[in-house]
Amino acid sequence: MSPYAGPVQDLIDELGRLPGIGPKSAQRIAFHLLKLPTPDAQRLATAITEAKARVAFCQRCFNVCEGELCDICADPRRDGNLLCVVEEARDLVAVEKTGEFKGRYHVLQGAISPIEGIGPEQLRIKELLVRLDPEGVQEVIVCTNPNIEGEATAMYLARLLDPLGCRVTRLASGLPVGGDLEYADELTLGRAIEGRRTLDAS
Amino acid sequence: MRLRSDTAVVLRTYKLGEADRIVVLLTADHGKVRAVAKGVRKTRSRFGGRLEPLTHVTVQLHEGRNLDVITQAETIDTFRTIRDDLGRLGRAVAMLEAADHLSMEGEPTPELFRMLVGALRSLGENDSALVASAFLLKALALEGFRPQVEGCVACGAIEDLVAFDAGSGGLLCRPHRRGGAISPEAITLLGDILGGRLAAALATPRGPATGEVDRVATALFEHHIERRLRSVAVLDAG
Repeated sequence: MSPYAGPVQDLIDELGRLPGIGPKSAQRIAFHLLKLPTPDAQRLATAITEAKARVAFCQRCFNVCEGELCDICADPRRDGNLLCVVEEARDLVAVEKTGEFKGRYHVLQGAISPIEGIGPEQLRIKELLVRLDPEGVQEVIVCTNPNIEGEATAMYLARLLDPLGCRVTRLASGLPVGGDLEYADELTLGRAIEGRRTLDAS
Repeated sequence: MRLRSDTAVVLRTYKLGEADRIVVLLTADHGKVRAVAKGVRKTRSRFGGRLEPLTHVTVQLHEGRNLDVITQAETIDTFRTIRDDLGRLGRAVAMLEAADHLSMEGEPTPELFRMLVGALRSLGENDSALVASAFLLKALALEGFRPQVEGCVACGAIEDLVAFDAGSGGLLCRPHRRGGAISPEAITLLGDILGGRLAAALATPRGPATGEVDRVATALFEHHIERRLRSVAVLDAG
Protein backbone atom coordinates (compact mmCIF):
# COMPACT_ATOMS: atom_id res chain seq x y z
CA MET A 1 0.00 0.00 0.00
CA SER A 2 1.37 3.34 -0.99
CA PRO A 3 1.40 5.96 1.78
CA TYR A 4 0.27 8.67 -0.69
CA ALA A 5 -3.07 9.24 -2.31
CA GLY A 6 -3.34 7.66 -5.79
CA PRO A 7 -2.74 10.74 -8.01
CA VAL A 8 0.24 11.88 -5.90
CA GLN A 9 1.83 8.46 -6.12
CA ASP A 10 1.24 8.39 -9.89
CA LEU A 11 2.96 11.76 -10.22
CA ILE A 12 5.93 10.59 -8.14
CA ASP A 13 6.22 7.40 -10.21
CA GLU A 14 6.16 9.31 -13.50
CA LEU A 15 8.76 11.85 -12.35
CA GLY A 16 10.95 9.03 -11.06
CA ARG A 17 11.19 7.68 -14.62
CA LEU A 18 12.98 10.81 -15.84
CA PRO A 19 16.76 10.51 -16.31
CA GLY A 20 18.83 11.35 -13.24
CA ILE A 21 15.82 11.57 -10.91
CA GLY A 22 15.66 9.10 -8.06
CA PRO A 23 12.69 8.34 -5.81
CA LYS A 24 13.60 11.05 -3.31
CA SER A 25 14.00 13.80 -5.93
CA ALA A 26 10.76 12.65 -7.56
CA GLN A 27 8.97 13.09 -4.25
CA ARG A 28 10.47 16.57 -3.74
CA ILE A 29 9.46 17.73 -7.23
CA ALA A 30 5.98 16.24 -6.89
CA PHE A 31 5.32 18.17 -3.70
CA HIS A 32 6.73 21.32 -5.25
CA LEU A 33 4.32 20.94 -8.15
CA LEU A 34 1.40 20.43 -5.78
CA LYS A 35 2.23 23.68 -4.02
CA LEU A 36 2.36 25.67 -7.29
CA PRO A 37 -0.55 27.88 -8.29
CA THR A 38 -2.74 26.07 -10.82
CA PRO A 39 -1.78 28.24 -13.87
CA ASP A 40 1.94 27.54 -13.31
CA ALA A 41 1.38 23.81 -13.17
CA GLN A 42 -0.89 24.04 -16.16
CA ARG A 43 1.82 25.83 -18.14
CA LEU A 44 4.26 22.99 -17.52
CA ALA A 45 1.66 20.42 -18.55
CA THR A 46 0.90 22.36 -21.74
CA ALA A 47 4.61 22.76 -22.55
CA ILE A 48 5.05 18.99 -22.36
CA THR A 49 1.99 18.11 -24.46
CA GLU A 50 2.74 20.86 -27.01
CA ALA A 51 6.36 19.74 -27.38
CA LYS A 52 5.29 16.13 -27.85
CA ALA A 53 2.60 17.06 -30.37
CA ARG A 54 4.48 19.64 -32.45
CA VAL A 55 8.09 18.58 -32.44
CA ALA A 56 9.13 16.01 -35.01
CA PHE A 57 12.29 15.11 -36.86
CA CYS A 58 13.36 17.15 -39.87
CA GLN A 59 12.62 15.13 -43.04
CA ARG A 60 16.02 15.94 -44.43
CA CYS A 61 18.56 16.06 -41.61
CA PHE A 62 16.70 14.42 -38.67
CA ASN A 63 17.28 17.35 -36.38
CA VAL A 64 14.36 18.03 -34.03
CA CYS A 65 12.04 20.60 -35.59
CA GLU A 66 8.56 21.97 -35.91
CA GLY A 67 7.06 21.17 -39.31
CA GLU A 68 8.69 19.29 -42.18
CA LEU A 69 12.11 20.92 -42.41
CA CYS A 70 14.21 22.33 -39.59
CA ASP A 71 15.27 26.00 -39.61
CA ILE A 72 18.75 25.14 -40.84
CA CYS A 73 17.59 23.00 -43.77
CA ALA A 74 15.01 25.63 -44.72
CA ASP A 75 17.56 28.47 -44.64
CA PRO A 76 18.71 29.28 -48.24
CA ARG A 77 21.84 31.13 -47.00
CA ARG A 78 23.36 27.90 -45.74
CA ASP A 79 26.22 26.46 -47.80
CA GLY A 80 24.95 23.28 -49.45
CA ASN A 81 28.46 22.07 -50.32
CA LEU A 82 29.31 21.30 -46.72
CA LEU A 83 27.57 18.65 -44.69
CA CYS A 84 28.34 18.10 -41.02
CA VAL A 85 27.40 14.64 -39.70
CA VAL A 86 26.66 14.50 -35.96
CA GLU A 87 25.39 11.79 -33.61
CA GLU A 88 22.64 13.68 -31.79
CA ALA A 89 20.71 16.93 -32.12
CA ARG A 90 22.55 18.10 -28.99
CA ASP A 91 25.85 17.83 -30.89
CA LEU A 92 24.40 19.90 -33.71
CA VAL A 93 23.65 22.65 -31.20
CA ALA A 94 27.22 22.46 -29.88
CA VAL A 95 28.69 22.88 -33.38
CA GLU A 96 26.18 25.62 -34.20
CA LYS A 97 27.20 27.58 -31.10
CA THR A 98 30.77 27.90 -32.39
CA GLY A 99 29.49 30.09 -35.22
CA GLU A 100 32.25 28.62 -37.42
CA PHE A 101 30.12 26.36 -39.54
CA LYS A 102 27.86 27.65 -42.30
CA GLY A 103 26.88 24.41 -44.01
CA ARG A 104 24.07 21.98 -43.32
CA TYR A 105 23.83 19.06 -40.90
CA HIS A 106 22.84 15.44 -40.79
CA VAL A 107 21.89 13.83 -37.48
CA LEU A 108 22.59 10.08 -37.33
CA GLN A 109 20.56 9.62 -34.15
CA GLY A 110 23.19 7.44 -32.54
CA ALA A 111 26.59 5.84 -33.19
CA ILE A 112 27.76 2.37 -34.19
CA SER A 113 28.35 0.47 -30.97
CA PRO A 114 29.42 -3.15 -31.38
CA ILE A 115 29.22 -3.74 -27.63
CA GLU A 116 25.58 -2.61 -27.47
CA GLY A 117 24.84 -4.44 -30.73
CA ILE A 118 24.01 -1.20 -32.58
CA GLY A 119 24.98 -1.55 -36.24
CA PRO A 120 25.00 0.90 -39.14
CA GLU A 121 21.50 -0.14 -40.25
CA GLN A 122 20.01 1.28 -37.03
CA LEU A 123 21.35 4.76 -37.85
CA ARG A 124 20.22 7.34 -40.41
CA ILE A 125 22.99 6.39 -42.82
CA LYS A 126 20.84 5.42 -45.82
CA GLU A 127 19.15 8.80 -45.49
CA LEU A 128 22.58 10.44 -45.55
CA LEU A 129 23.58 8.67 -48.76
CA VAL A 130 20.49 9.80 -50.66
CA ARG A 131 21.17 13.44 -49.73
CA LEU A 132 24.66 13.65 -51.19
CA ASP A 133 23.92 13.82 -54.92
CA PRO A 134 20.73 15.94 -55.09
CA GLU A 135 22.21 18.53 -52.74
CA GLY A 136 25.58 18.60 -54.49
CA VAL A 137 27.56 17.95 -51.30
CA GLN A 138 31.32 18.35 -51.85
CA GLU A 139 32.57 17.66 -48.36
CA VAL A 140 31.23 15.60 -45.49
CA ILE A 141 32.64 16.58 -42.10
CA VAL A 142 32.30 13.69 -39.67
CA CYS A 143 31.64 15.26 -36.26
CA THR A 144 31.00 12.14 -34.19
CA ASN A 145 32.29 11.94 -30.61
CA PRO A 146 35.99 11.11 -30.21
CA ASN A 147 35.22 7.89 -28.31
CA ILE A 148 35.24 4.29 -29.47
CA GLU A 149 31.67 4.38 -30.86
CA GLY A 150 32.16 7.72 -32.59
CA GLU A 151 35.46 6.63 -34.14
CA ALA A 152 33.96 3.37 -35.38
CA THR A 153 31.13 5.35 -36.97
CA ALA A 154 33.61 7.77 -38.56
CA MET A 155 35.68 4.94 -40.05
CA TYR A 156 32.56 3.23 -41.35
CA LEU A 157 31.36 6.43 -43.01
CA ALA A 158 34.77 7.11 -44.52
CA ARG A 159 34.79 3.65 -46.08
CA LEU A 160 31.25 4.10 -47.38
CA LEU A 161 31.58 7.64 -48.74
CA ASP A 162 35.08 7.56 -50.18
CA PRO A 163 34.14 5.64 -53.38
CA LEU A 164 31.34 8.14 -54.03
CA GLY A 165 33.89 10.83 -54.84
CA CYS A 166 32.98 13.07 -51.98
CA ARG A 167 35.64 14.53 -49.69
CA VAL A 168 35.35 13.08 -46.18
CA THR A 169 36.97 14.94 -43.30
CA ARG A 170 37.10 14.23 -39.61
CA LEU A 171 36.93 16.71 -36.78
CA ALA A 172 40.48 17.26 -35.45
CA SER A 173 41.56 15.93 -32.06
CA GLY A 174 43.47 18.39 -29.95
CA LEU A 175 43.91 20.06 -26.63
CA PRO A 176 41.11 21.94 -24.92
CA VAL A 177 41.58 25.68 -24.53
CA GLY A 178 42.80 26.40 -21.02
CA GLY A 179 44.04 22.84 -20.51
CA ASP A 180 47.44 21.66 -19.27
CA LEU A 181 49.77 19.89 -21.65
CA GLU A 182 51.21 17.71 -18.90
CA TYR A 183 47.80 16.23 -18.14
CA ALA A 184 46.87 15.56 -21.75
CA ASP A 185 46.38 11.89 -22.53
CA GLU A 186 48.73 10.25 -25.03
CA LEU A 187 46.13 9.57 -27.69
CA THR A 188 44.91 13.17 -27.81
CA LEU A 189 48.40 14.67 -27.64
CA GLY A 190 49.64 12.24 -30.30
CA ARG A 191 46.82 13.21 -32.63
CA ALA A 192 47.37 16.89 -31.85
CA ILE A 193 51.01 16.55 -32.93
CA GLU A 194 49.96 14.69 -36.06
CA GLY A 195 47.44 17.39 -36.94
CA ARG A 196 49.74 20.34 -36.19
CA ARG A 197 49.69 23.34 -38.50
CA THR A 198 52.05 26.04 -39.65
CA LEU A 199 51.96 29.29 -37.71
CA ASP A 200 51.51 32.37 -39.84
CA ALA A 201 54.48 34.65 -39.33
CA SER A 202 52.65 37.75 -40.50
CA MET B 1 40.64 5.63 3.13
CA ARG B 2 42.28 2.91 1.12
CA LEU B 3 44.08 3.33 -2.16
CA ARG B 4 45.40 0.62 -4.40
CA SER B 5 46.82 0.58 -7.86
CA ASP B 6 46.57 -2.03 -10.54
CA THR B 7 47.13 -2.48 -14.25
CA ALA B 8 44.02 -3.09 -16.27
CA VAL B 9 42.35 -3.15 -19.66
CA VAL B 10 39.19 -1.04 -20.01
CA LEU B 11 36.44 -3.42 -21.16
CA ARG B 12 33.53 -1.03 -21.50
CA THR B 13 32.03 2.09 -20.03
CA TYR B 14 28.57 3.22 -19.04
CA LYS B 15 27.41 6.79 -18.69
CA LEU B 16 26.59 7.79 -15.14
CA GLY B 17 24.72 10.97 -14.30
CA GLU B 18 25.73 14.20 -15.96
CA ALA B 19 29.47 13.88 -16.57
CA ASP B 20 30.66 10.64 -14.91
CA ARG B 21 31.22 7.17 -16.23
CA ILE B 22 31.24 3.70 -14.75
CA VAL B 23 34.33 2.02 -16.15
CA VAL B 24 34.53 -1.77 -16.27
CA LEU B 25 38.15 -2.88 -15.93
CA LEU B 26 39.76 -6.28 -16.20
CA THR B 27 42.62 -5.93 -13.73
CA ALA B 28 45.71 -8.07 -13.39
CA ASP B 29 45.33 -8.72 -9.66
CA HIS B 30 41.71 -8.15 -8.68
CA GLY B 31 39.65 -9.66 -11.50
CA LYS B 32 36.89 -7.50 -12.93
CA VAL B 33 36.46 -4.14 -11.23
CA ARG B 34 33.67 -1.64 -11.78
CA ALA B 35 34.76 1.83 -10.82
CA VAL B 36 33.46 5.36 -11.11
CA ALA B 37 35.47 7.91 -13.07
CA LYS B 38 34.23 11.32 -12.08
CA GLY B 39 33.87 14.14 -14.56
CA VAL B 40 35.47 12.23 -17.45
CA ARG B 41 32.86 13.24 -20.01
CA LYS B 42 33.84 16.88 -19.76
CA THR B 43 36.37 18.01 -22.36
CA ARG B 44 38.64 19.39 -19.66
CA SER B 45 38.92 16.04 -17.87
CA ARG B 46 42.48 15.11 -17.01
CA PHE B 47 42.18 11.40 -17.54
CA GLY B 48 38.99 10.80 -19.50
CA GLY B 49 40.90 9.96 -22.66
CA ARG B 50 42.79 7.23 -20.89
CA LEU B 51 39.67 5.40 -19.80
CA GLU B 52 38.18 4.68 -23.21
CA PRO B 53 37.48 0.99 -23.89
CA LEU B 54 40.48 -0.91 -25.26
CA THR B 55 43.10 1.07 -23.33
CA HIS B 56 45.75 -0.71 -21.27
CA VAL B 57 46.26 1.45 -18.17
CA THR B 58 47.62 1.66 -14.66
CA VAL B 59 44.90 3.00 -12.40
CA GLN B 60 44.77 4.15 -8.85
CA LEU B 61 41.54 3.18 -7.19
CA HIS B 62 40.08 4.63 -4.06
CA GLU B 63 37.94 2.07 -2.33
CA GLY B 64 34.38 3.30 -2.03
CA ARG B 65 31.43 1.86 -0.16
CA ASN B 66 29.82 0.40 -3.23
CA LEU B 67 31.91 1.20 -6.31
CA ASP B 68 35.56 2.19 -6.28
CA VAL B 69 36.53 5.63 -7.53
CA ILE B 70 39.33 6.07 -10.06
CA THR B 71 41.66 8.81 -8.88
CA GLN B 72 44.48 8.52 -11.44
CA ALA B 73 45.13 6.77 -14.72
CA GLU B 74 48.32 6.33 -16.73
CA THR B 75 48.33 4.82 -20.20
CA ILE B 76 50.49 1.79 -20.96
CA ASP B 77 49.18 1.19 -24.48
CA THR B 78 46.36 2.76 -26.46
CA PHE B 79 46.45 0.13 -29.28
CA ARG B 80 46.24 2.88 -31.83
CA THR B 81 46.71 0.57 -34.84
CA ILE B 82 43.57 -1.29 -33.75
CA ARG B 83 41.57 1.91 -33.24
CA ASP B 84 42.43 3.17 -36.71
CA ASP B 85 41.16 0.07 -38.51
CA LEU B 86 37.46 -0.79 -38.49
CA GLY B 87 38.00 -4.53 -39.01
CA ARG B 88 40.50 -4.89 -36.19
CA LEU B 89 38.41 -2.72 -33.92
CA GLY B 90 35.45 -5.04 -34.38
CA ARG B 91 37.53 -8.07 -33.46
CA ALA B 92 39.06 -6.30 -30.46
CA VAL B 93 35.63 -5.30 -29.16
CA ALA B 94 34.46 -8.93 -29.48
CA MET B 95 37.42 -9.96 -27.29
CA LEU B 96 36.58 -7.27 -24.72
CA GLU B 97 32.98 -8.47 -24.63
CA ALA B 98 34.12 -12.07 -24.18
CA ALA B 99 36.49 -11.09 -21.36
CA ASP B 100 33.63 -9.17 -19.72
CA HIS B 101 31.45 -12.30 -19.77
CA LEU B 102 34.13 -14.61 -18.42
CA SER B 103 35.52 -12.47 -15.61
CA MET B 104 33.85 -11.83 -12.28
CA GLU B 105 34.17 -9.15 -9.66
CA GLY B 106 36.41 -10.15 -6.77
CA GLU B 107 37.77 -13.21 -8.62
CA PRO B 108 41.35 -12.56 -9.74
CA THR B 109 42.05 -14.05 -13.18
CA PRO B 110 45.66 -13.10 -13.99
CA GLU B 111 45.82 -15.66 -16.84
CA LEU B 112 42.78 -14.21 -18.59
CA PHE B 113 44.23 -10.72 -18.19
CA ARG B 114 47.57 -11.82 -19.67
CA MET B 115 45.82 -13.55 -22.56
CA LEU B 116 43.73 -10.48 -23.32
CA VAL B 117 46.73 -8.14 -23.32
CA GLY B 118 48.71 -10.64 -25.42
CA ALA B 119 45.88 -11.03 -27.93
CA LEU B 120 45.42 -7.25 -28.23
CA ARG B 121 49.15 -6.73 -28.75
CA SER B 122 49.22 -9.41 -31.39
CA LEU B 123 46.21 -7.83 -33.14
CA GLY B 124 47.93 -4.45 -32.92
CA GLU B 125 51.08 -5.74 -34.59
CA ASN B 126 49.48 -7.54 -37.48
CA ASP B 127 45.94 -8.05 -38.58
CA SER B 128 45.83 -11.79 -38.26
CA ALA B 129 42.53 -13.44 -39.14
CA LEU B 130 42.28 -15.78 -36.17
CA VAL B 131 43.30 -13.65 -33.16
CA ALA B 132 39.77 -13.13 -31.82
CA SER B 133 38.69 -16.75 -32.33
CA ALA B 134 41.91 -18.04 -30.79
CA PHE B 135 41.27 -15.79 -27.79
CA LEU B 136 37.70 -17.08 -27.41
CA LEU B 137 38.80 -20.72 -27.63
CA LYS B 138 41.76 -20.36 -25.28
CA ALA B 139 39.72 -18.33 -22.78
CA LEU B 140 37.10 -21.12 -22.78
CA ALA B 141 39.86 -23.70 -22.28
CA LEU B 142 41.09 -21.67 -19.30
CA GLU B 143 37.60 -21.79 -17.78
CA GLY B 144 37.54 -25.56 -18.20
CA PHE B 145 35.44 -25.67 -21.36
CA ARG B 146 38.15 -26.82 -23.76
CA PRO B 147 36.45 -28.41 -26.76
CA GLN B 148 37.52 -31.89 -27.84
CA VAL B 149 39.42 -31.36 -31.11
CA GLU B 150 41.65 -34.44 -31.26
CA GLY B 151 39.01 -37.07 -31.77
CA CYS B 152 35.30 -37.82 -31.84
CA VAL B 153 33.46 -36.80 -28.65
CA ALA B 154 31.20 -39.84 -28.89
CA CYS B 155 33.58 -42.69 -29.71
CA GLY B 156 37.12 -41.30 -29.63
CA ALA B 157 37.80 -42.10 -33.29
CA ILE B 158 40.57 -39.93 -34.67
CA GLU B 159 39.76 -40.41 -38.33
CA ASP B 160 36.92 -39.29 -40.55
CA LEU B 161 35.99 -36.35 -38.33
CA VAL B 162 33.35 -34.35 -40.19
CA ALA B 163 31.27 -32.27 -37.77
CA PHE B 164 31.49 -29.94 -34.81
CA ASP B 165 28.74 -29.55 -32.27
CA ALA B 166 28.89 -26.90 -29.55
CA GLY B 167 26.43 -28.77 -27.33
CA SER B 168 28.45 -32.00 -27.45
CA GLY B 169 31.63 -30.02 -26.88
CA GLY B 170 33.77 -30.95 -29.83
CA LEU B 171 34.31 -32.84 -33.06
CA LEU B 172 32.28 -35.82 -34.21
CA CYS B 173 33.05 -38.61 -36.65
CA ARG B 174 30.87 -39.50 -39.62
CA PRO B 175 28.72 -42.18 -37.86
CA HIS B 176 28.06 -39.94 -34.84
CA ARG B 177 27.79 -36.65 -36.69
CA ARG B 178 25.64 -33.85 -35.29
CA GLY B 179 25.80 -30.05 -35.54
CA GLY B 180 27.55 -28.25 -38.39
CA ALA B 181 29.93 -29.76 -40.93
CA ILE B 182 33.60 -28.82 -40.66
CA SER B 183 36.48 -29.08 -43.12
CA PRO B 184 39.80 -30.90 -42.43
CA GLU B 185 41.65 -27.54 -42.77
CA ALA B 186 39.54 -25.96 -40.03
CA ILE B 187 40.12 -29.04 -37.81
CA THR B 188 43.87 -28.58 -38.23
CA LEU B 189 43.55 -24.91 -37.25
CA LEU B 190 41.53 -25.79 -34.12
CA GLY B 191 44.22 -28.32 -33.19
CA ASP B 192 46.94 -25.71 -33.70
CA ILE B 193 45.18 -23.10 -31.56
CA LEU B 194 44.46 -25.43 -28.64
CA GLY B 195 47.55 -27.60 -29.00
CA GLY B 196 50.27 -25.01 -28.41
CA ARG B 197 50.98 -24.13 -32.08
CA LEU B 198 49.26 -20.76 -31.87
CA ALA B 199 51.86 -18.93 -33.95
CA ALA B 200 51.20 -21.25 -36.91
CA ALA B 201 47.45 -20.70 -36.63
CA LEU B 202 47.82 -16.93 -36.39
CA ALA B 203 49.98 -16.88 -39.51
CA THR B 204 47.19 -18.45 -41.57
CA PRO B 205 45.77 -15.99 -44.10
CA ARG B 206 42.04 -15.30 -44.10
CA GLY B 207 40.10 -17.93 -46.04
CA PRO B 208 37.13 -20.30 -45.86
CA ALA B 209 38.81 -22.36 -43.09
CA THR B 210 39.43 -19.35 -40.83
CA GLY B 211 35.80 -18.34 -41.36
CA GLU B 212 34.74 -21.82 -40.17
CA VAL B 213 36.94 -21.50 -37.08
CA ASP B 214 35.37 -18.08 -36.36
CA ARG B 215 31.89 -19.59 -36.53
CA VAL B 216 32.85 -22.59 -34.35
CA ALA B 217 34.51 -20.35 -31.72
CA THR B 218 31.52 -18.00 -31.55
CA ALA B 219 29.00 -20.84 -31.38
CA LEU B 220 30.95 -22.60 -28.64
CA PHE B 221 31.39 -19.42 -26.63
CA GLU B 222 27.73 -18.48 -26.91
CA HIS B 223 26.76 -22.01 -25.90
CA HIS B 224 28.79 -21.75 -22.69
CA ILE B 225 27.88 -18.24 -21.61
CA GLU B 226 24.27 -18.95 -22.67
CA ARG B 227 24.00 -15.53 -24.28
CA ARG B 228 24.71 -13.97 -27.65
CA LEU B 229 27.96 -12.15 -28.29
CA ARG B 230 26.54 -8.88 -29.51
CA SER B 231 29.66 -7.37 -31.01
CA VAL B 232 30.46 -10.27 -33.32
CA ALA B 233 28.27 -9.63 -36.35
CA VAL B 234 27.87 -5.87 -36.11
CA LEU B 235 30.87 -4.74 -38.09
CA ASP B 236 31.25 -7.75 -40.37
CA ALA B 237 28.13 -6.80 -42.29
CA GLY B 238 29.41 -3.38 -43.30
